[in-house]
Amino acid sequence: MSDPRKTPKSKYTADRDMPGAFEGETVTRRRFMTLTAHGAGAVAVSAFALPTLGFAAGSALFERPEVQWQSVGAPEDFPSDTYVPKVVTEISGIGEVGKTTVYMRAHNERIDGPVDESVPGTGEFLAISTRCMHLGCPVRYVEASARFICPCHGGVYDFTGAVSGGPPVRPLDRFYVRVQNGQVQVGPRYSVNSEFKRFPSYRDPGQDLDGIGQYLYPGRFSTPKLD
Amino acid sequence: MKLPKLPAPPLPNALQPRPQRPGEGEKRGPVDHAKEAGISAVDWVDERTSLSGGLRWLMFRKVPKGTNWFYTLGSATMFAFLSQAVTGVFLAMYYRPDAAGGAYESIRYVTNEVFLGEFVRGMHKWGSTVMVILVFLHMARVFFFGAYKYPRELNWIIGAVLLILTMVMSFTGYLLPFDQRSYWATIVGVNINGTGPMVGPFLSDFLRGGAEFGATTLSRFYAIHMLLLPGAIAAMIGAHLYLVAKLGTTAPPWMKSDGDDRLTEDRV
Repeated sequence: MSDPRKTPKSKYTADRDMPGAFEGETVTRRRFMTLTAHGAGAVAVSAFALPTLGFAAGSALFERPEVQWQSVGAPEDFPSDTYVPKVVTEISGIGEVGKTTVYMRAHNERIDGPVDESVPGTGEFLAISTRCMHLGCPVRYVEASARFICPCHGGVYDFTGAVSGGPPVRPLDRFYVRVQNGQVQVGPRYSVNSEFKRFPSYRDPGQDLDGIGQYLYPGRFSTPKLD
Repeated sequence: MKLPKLPAPPLPNALQPRPQRPGEGEKRGPVDHAKEAGISAVDWVDERTSLSGGLRWLMFRKVPKGTNWFYTLGSATMFAFLSQAVTGVFLAMYYRPDAAGGAYESIRYVTNEVFLGEFVRGMHKWGSTVMVILVFLHMARVFFFGAYKYPRELNWIIGAVLLILTMVMSFTGYLLPFDQRSYWATIVGVNINGTGPMVGPFLSDFLRGGAEFGATTLSRFYAIHMLLLPGAIAAMIGAHLYLVAKLGTTAPPWMKSDGDDRLTEDRV
């Protein structure tokens, strides 16, 4: 500020005793160049960072798989007083790893109550997933005690799939079942809470669906569309 | 502002240039020539990089009185990591991240057919456990010696990040043999991640690469295990070591500060 003739008049540059700042300038050239260089760097980094992030997370979180119905037998193959194990493919192309066992039986009026006709695929037959709702180990059905038992941490489920002991947080998942062309077909998976309320967007094991749990563990965007 | 010139750290006695012995004058054997060639090669690099000052700064540090074997746990952890890195690179020459059976088959081939394959795989497998144990011993040493205190808190934080990265490394590596044990252990591990409120469901989907354990889960874990994490760990080790060299190490807590009156408290 030695020479009053060169003192910048602009309020934007009043605090900067910098050569080159002139009237009406809102940003000095030095600051403009700094911002430009940083901005160009940010653009260059996001040019590879954002696509790769989307690549890694996008299809994992948002891709909706096709609904597949797999025939597992004739309607008379399934009694209503015990379970029949059937193997279905959940992920194709990776052999044994993509398969899972499903325990199936016919609807039992005495145990399950009246059929809810409003929801297609949940009526006449019951298909119970073997995925333990503690942490995902495979449960097996034990005929003698009429219970599902998990080998990993001792989860026990009763004949309807409801938790009767151990660490699991909700009943076993189920699959939609329909009868078409004289064949019983198993469709997508859905979850239920302890009152057997249906959650079409199935949750991972360990995710409680009672009370506040249904809000703490939101459904996935990739829920298959059933129609 | 002109920075003051700091004195160079002293060279240890063994590396000090020795004066010429009487009568040794002109006689130069092949050993001397070889020595001179080596020195001039190192000098050539040093003249163009000035690396020797930095190396001396890093290696010839003063350590406090009372330094003992517990202070080697950090280096031991680093060598465990280097061993994992080297054996891992060579295991990658045979491994195939193929969920349809190729992964298990390639591991079986390494273990049963390749010369020294079982040995190198065993080094990687058991070395991972050794590394985790060493990380915890190193952490316990720092904790019980109070070496995490000012001004070394940032180094403790970096160390905590390294601990987490090591755990993620163990988690992703456990799936790769793709036998029953690793498959179900990963199912359980991913579902544990899924129990976190709000973010859990999305985190588990991200780890699996979808709602179900599929073909991409294995290759995803493989890429994280051998590309993403080793780079991150190496970078963090660099920062960790820099701070160790910069701040120096601490004396054990049982050492008394004798000799410096400014450090002794007046007893009333």
